[in-house]
Amino acid sequence: MIDPALPPHMRPDRSFQGLLLTLQAFWAGQGCVVLQPYDMEVGAGTFHPATTLRALGPRHWKAAYVQPSRRPKDGRYGENPNRLQHYYQFQVILKPSPANLQELYLQSLDAIGIDTRLHDVRFVEDDWESPTLGAWGLGWECWCDGMEVSQFTYFQQVAGFECSPVSGELTYGLERLAMYVQGVENVYDLNFNGRDGAEKVTYGDVFLQAEKEYSRHNFEHADTDMLLEQFRMAESACAKYLAAGDAGERHLMAQPAYDQCIKASHVFNLLDARGVISVTERQSYILRVRELAKACGAAWLKTEAGGATA
Amino acid sequence: MPDLLLELFSEEIPARMQAQAADTLRKLVTDALVERGLLYEGAKAFVTPRRLALAVHGLPGRQADSREERKGPRVGAPDGAIQGFLKASGLASIDQAKIESDPKKGEFYVAVIERPGKATTQVIADIVPEIIRAFPWPKSMRWGTGTLRWVRPLHAIVCTFGTDVEDPEVVRFEVEGIVSGDVTRGHRFLAPEPIRVRRLEDWMAKLEAAKVVADRDRRKAIILNDAKDLALVHGLELVEDEALLDEVAGLVEWPVTLMGTFEERFLDIPDEVIRATIRANQKCFVLRDPRTGRLANRFVLISNIAATDGGAAIVAGNERVIRARLSDAKFFWDTDRRTPMADRLGKFDQITFHEKLGSQGARINRIVALAREIAPLVGADPELAGQAARLAKADLLTEVVGEFPELQGLMGRYYARHENLPAEVAAASEEHYKPQGPSDRVPTAPVSIAVALADKLDTLVGFWAIDEKPTGSKDPYALRRAALGVIRIILDNNLRLPLRPLLVSATRPILGEEHYETHPQDVSRLESLADKVVSDILQGLAKRLANLPADADVESPERIEGLTISGDLAADLMSFFADRLKVHLRDRGARHDLVDAVFALPGQDDLLLVVRRVEALAAFLDSEDGRILLAGYRRAVNILRIEEKKDGLIFAGPAEAKLLKEPAEEHLAAAIETVKRQVADAVGREDYAAAMGSLSHLRGPVDAFFDAVTVNAPEPALRVNRLKLLDEIRSATRGIADFDRIEG
Repeated sequence: MIDPALPPHMRPDRSFQGLLLTLQAFWAGQGCVVLQPYDMEVGAGTFHPATTLRALGPRHWKAAYVQPSRRPKDGRYGENPNRLQHYYQFQVILKPSPANLQELYLQSLDAIGIDTRLHDVRFVEDDWESPTLGAWGLGWECWCDGMEVSQFTYFQQVAGFECSPVSGELTYGLERLAMYVQGVENVYDLNFNGRDGAEKVTYGDVFLQAEKEYSRHNFEHADTDMLLEQFRMAESACAKYLAAGDAGERHLMAQPAYDQCIKASHVFNLLDARGVISVTERQSYILRVRELAKACGAAWLKTEAGGATA
Repeated sequence: MPDLLLELFSEEIPARMQAQAADTLRKLVTDALVERGLLYEGAKAFVTPRRLALAVHGLPGRQADSREERKGPRVGAPDGAIQGFLKASGLASIDQAKIESDPKKGEFYVAVIERPGKATTQVIADIVPEIIRAFPWPKSMRWGTGTLRWVRPLHAIVCTFGTDVEDPEVVRFEVEGIVSGDVTRGHRFLAPEPIRVRRLEDWMAKLEAAKVVADRDRRKAIILNDAKDLALVHGLELVEDEALLDEVAGLVEWPVTLMGTFEERFLDIPDEVIRATIRANQKCFVLRDPRTGRLANRFVLISNIAATDGGAAIVAGNERVIRARLSDAKFFWDTDRRTPMADRLGKFDQITFHEKLGSQGARINRIVALAREIAPLVGADPELAGQAARLAKADLLTEVVGEFPELQGLMGRYYARHENLPAEVAAASEEHYKPQGPSDRVPTAPVSIAVALADKLDTLVGFWAIDEKPTGSKDPYALRRAALGVIRIILDNNLRLPLRPLLVSATRPILGEEHYETHPQDVSRLESLADKVVSDILQGLAKRLANLPADADVESPERIEGLTISGDLAADLMSFFADRLKVHLRDRGARHDLVDAVFALPGQDDLLLVVRRVEALAAFLDSEDGRILLAGYRRAVNILRIEEKKDGLIFAGPAEAKLLKEPAEEHLAAAIETVKRQVADAVGREDYAAAMGSLSHLRGPVDAFFDAVTVNAPEPALRVNRLKLLDEIRSATRGIADFDRIEG
């Protein structure tokens, strides 16, 4: 049930930012550290080191954060009511996954106004795999009245390493969820700030121009020569930092190296959107990023946060 | 007699795994009980998204006691033997052993080992944890800090045992921290409180009251009935869909059927696309309007809850999603029709079909050439067949097929019709993929046949050329299906179509014209070489299939220096076809030994003729003439084998006329000559019944020969000549089949 004490402009069913803040408050209430988005371009909230790296090793961890996610190929020049090349994911990671994770998830839906006596919430099989991260897990897509509103995953492997303990990951598609609770059909019509009249700011006011500009960029103008070079540079920098940080039993620079892996992954997505990567090359690029991710995961396990003992 | 109730309560089990898991649980538990001497009267498994359960009815309360007598060493045996015996039989001292005597062995020890039967509850507590730990889920996972694997986190176990007149006992055990008990939960949203359960009937009734229909078949029946009723109320018919029904029954514990609507404007979209959209993304059923035969603008959804507003919010939510999905589908459908199919073809040059087989464009060119070549053989116009082949794959580049790959071909048909292309071309778009499986329709229109054969033969030859043949259970490119498709198209349409030349033609563009430019002689040698290799391989194959020992004389294909790859390839593929054909014919009840017998003859690449010959041969062997002739043939061949072995020679006919002394042998020689000629003549006319008729004329002379003539005559010249005559019997039958392979 939505907190009746909230002022109207903060209500999750009236305001995009209200939805986000409600989820943040809910998971803060469950003991999560509430982080801010990672300051790099990523394809999904999972790429944030707070998920990818923290899922590895024995240390317990609870975090929640919003992550802007870039999917260059999904750009539609602002013309599609559902598809965006830049959108928000709300990401929760709980390690180890608690026994009541499903109940917690349902409580979070309740907090944003999805009443499970009125709505049909279902857990439908969806196995998750990220070939670039060398990661997979089992779980579901969560449906509300036939619409997928979240992904729910128990991580089994990340960067090629078995996860122990297992993390539970929840990913909410914020725009979709907001469209549902606000009852709008077009993402650009979402009320962003929960105000009415002249004070109202819509999602379109904030992002429509950006969607158009980035669609042009992603499909037509992104400098492919530069990107190809950037991919190579990121790849070699990653290897360089991994080598430089290698102190035998310990590793001293896992995170800077992982940044370069993130970079390579995003550059690959841009190149892919520009259509300059052939089908056969595609596979080899994915493998190259995966090799970086695996090496970074191995390095992370040799750090303190990765659980290495001094 | 007491009953067992077992329930494994977990997070949501994937729908597609539920039925199998229920079956596996029943089998594993009942097998383990029986193995431990606990026979039962009946067992039934239950499965819902959140629980896997089993009831075993009519079990004994405990295992029977067992008594075993074990013979030991003789009295006074060395201490080592005594100690070993004590250890093996579990006795504390030798005083506990009986002493028996035997006139031969004298006095010896006997240990009587009595094992009291265990209580059934104890046996259950032993076996169930093991079964849970080793349960064969298609995919399983760990969670939290644990090491147990289950399909999704396992939360609780109910395990009770008892009769219906008493309170059942909880069978206690623990699996990685989960302790069995008698408490379960009802529906996740409608009745989440804990429930204490006793035995099956109680469990079922309490779950039902807690909004869980435990029996999967009952959920399916409820969904189907309610959906049909709801359709009927609106004057519509449910489009039944067994696979969807199975899946939906695995997504709900408390099925509630609701109906939603979408805008009529979406009915411009082809029915199949609407259905695919609503089915794949929303797992909803579509409805047909019996007045028009087309889909209605309604759908049926199965909700998992009885909502407090009667389902209004759920229907509204589903309608919104379906509206968005159908908008996408309509956009795709409209966009696709703006680009003529022919304009899409250029893109195929940029799309790799297979790394080693070049682009889709190159493949389409090959299919076009082959379809044109096949066309006149199957009564199709080569121009039309070429056009149809050129466009048959064009829909792969459309938006609708990108979204719903299962609609490939069908969409091509729609788009071709939209462009007013010839009806044959439109039909071939859809039909050239057929038959997809044993129950699928076989194309019958000549243009569709030509394109379907060209497509399948190109696939087969291509993957053969790059050595990606099916092995064992692995057939990633569905080549067996393609070969069976070719076989069914040919046989069901009664097509006379020698495959070898087609395979050779199909191979040429795959190996590349350069190959033929650098090896010009191959072109002319191709056919004769292929022919030779085909027969050799077929013979080898038939031997293998006839289960001859490995060291039997299996001829390997003759490797001639510079033998064309093409010839090899076509031959190897032919043997694959032979194999598939046998499977196909066996499925239809034909005798596999007769198929072997016919395939053992050289040059059998016309599938229809092979089948006709097998049928005629079967009919002949069923007749008295056939049986007796086969007996005569075997007698002749046996004598020949023995004598050939003795002399280390092969006796090859014909016999010399001047050495024929007895009237019976003269008569036989004459009969063989006539029969051979008649058989060759009849086979030439493809009149196999007549060929068999001629062959039956040998029966009398062969019988008379064996009655009157001694083969192993004292005069060596006469003996050799008679053996040659026997060989003539063998060669006469070879016009029809290799009688050596006939069994029974």
